[in-house]
Amino acid sequence: MISFSNVNKRYPNGFEALKNIVFTINQGEMVFITGNSGAGKSTLLKLIGAIERTTTGGIFVNDQNISKLRNSAIPFLRRNIGMVFQGQKILFDRSVFDNVVLPLQICGFEHRSATGRVRAALDKVGLLSKEKALPITLSGGERQRLCIARAVVNRPSILIADEPAAYLDPGYTKDIMNMFKSFHQVGVTVLITTPDAELLEGSQHRILSLSHGELVT
Amino acid sequence: MNTWLSHHWHAFFLALLRLVGSPLASLLNIIVIGVAFSLPAGVYMLIGNVQSFSGQLSGAPQLSVFLKLGTSKGAIEKLESHLRQHPQIASFRFLSKDKALEQLKQKNWIADAVNSLTRNPLPDAFIIDAKSISPESLNRLRTEMLKWPDSKHVQFDSDWMERLSALLKLGKIGLLILTALLSFALIVVTFNTIRLQILTKRDEIEVSKLIGATSNFIRRPFLYFGAIQGVAGGAIAWLIVALVINLINNELTNLVQLYAVDFQLHHISFEDSISLLLFSSWLGWAGSWLSVANHLWQIEP
Repeated sequence: MISFSNVNKRYPNGFEALKNIVFTINQGEMVFITGNSGAGKSTLLKLIGAIERTTTGGIFVNDQNISKLRNSAIPFLRRNIGMVFQGQKILFDRSVFDNVVLPLQICGFEHRSATGRVRAALDKVGLLSKEKALPITLSGGERQRLCIARAVVNRPSILIADEPAAYLDPGYTKDIMNMFKSFHQVGVTVLITTPDAELLEGSQHRILSLSHGELVT
Repeated sequence: MNTWLSHHWHAFFLALLRLVGSPLASLLNIIVIGVAFSLPAGVYMLIGNVQSFSGQLSGAPQLSVFLKLGTSKGAIEKLESHLRQHPQIASFRFLSKDKALEQLKQKNWIADAVNSLTRNPLPDAFIIDAKSISPESLNRLRTEMLKWPDSKHVQFDSDWMERLSALLKLGKIGLLILTALLSFALIVVTFNTIRLQILTKRDEIEVSKLIGATSNFIRRPFLYFGAIQGVAGGAIAWLIVALVINLINNELTNLVQLYAVDFQLHHISFEDSISLLLFSSWLGWAGSWLSVANHLWQIEP
């Protein structure tokens, strides 16, 4: 469960990215966040992962108040949230496998059980045949799938993705969205931002619209 | 426990990989550390050798207590029993004036002169082996004996021992300064290496933080790296000293044969070698700890 209560975020330069945000996402729900660039979508996701901290208000993830979290507790919050970042944040100095295994190494998994989990995650996103490849040789869609595999390898209860469809061909976009839906179907809470409202036409999932830092629906 | 072990194994392995990943840079670093450390290690080795050699040369230095002429037999017996109970005296023997004269007569070059004497001019004497051979305690013993009413003169050959001991003291101070300075150099070398590494690993550090790595997890490989580099540097220093000993001993054998003494340089003891490695690895660890503490917080996602 993710719950925002009267959340404000003001950056040090005075820019108010989010104003008085209130919403609740239930366990296992799949929610889209739309809005133009600069509307505050990325900031909202960053607040959930404590990458940015709230100015006022409270954010609750699984009943834990993130806005009051000590810095030393943040890593453990992030381990329970799978994140697909806007800039992808792939490490190009290592193979696909080594990129995906990183979250497990951080959690202290044994090599053998980690290998099994990485293969399972890569299989889910259809990259198993490329586990030894270097990310530089992957296409844009494959790189995005690599990011998804890295986000889910630790089997988090929450999966958040910041514009996962950006820079992708429409064909790929559908592909990627279906992948997220499959995680939603096994009970993962999924939260996706997209600037592209057309993408969501006919979607039966909840949509939160942001405009200039305010929730409009 | 398993997680803890896995974390450390991972960090250690990663540090090794990084070390091997840039072999030339690592090798040069390790050699620099090794050369720097071979200086204090070498000086330490020399001091140790000279110290043990001096002990071997002197045997145990003997004190000679010459008694006043005409000391009575009773007084001598009293002294004997006193010496027997003295806690700092290992052994002693009494050399009577008659026996001393006899010994003198047996020396050809002086026998004629001795024979022409009308009376025995030699004093009675005690030859004493002290338990401790340090110049300080010998001197203390000497002052004590001079205070005895029947002793006239106490003699022992302490000058060269005192000089040597003063020299060794000076050497030890020099060693301390050298070690301090070069330890500082080692810390600086490691600090810089780790700083560069952090800069090149920026992406990795950022991503790791984003997906839930604790500061300890990120710090650990750098600390292991510093420690491994330090150990390797210490080992190189040990090898350099061993090489120098080997080279010197070859020449030394010829030299000491001419003086008919047995002297060979020995490497520092096993315990000291372990200490050297531990110390150099600790310094490497400290250097990288400083570097990590200074640079890691700057990288925040």
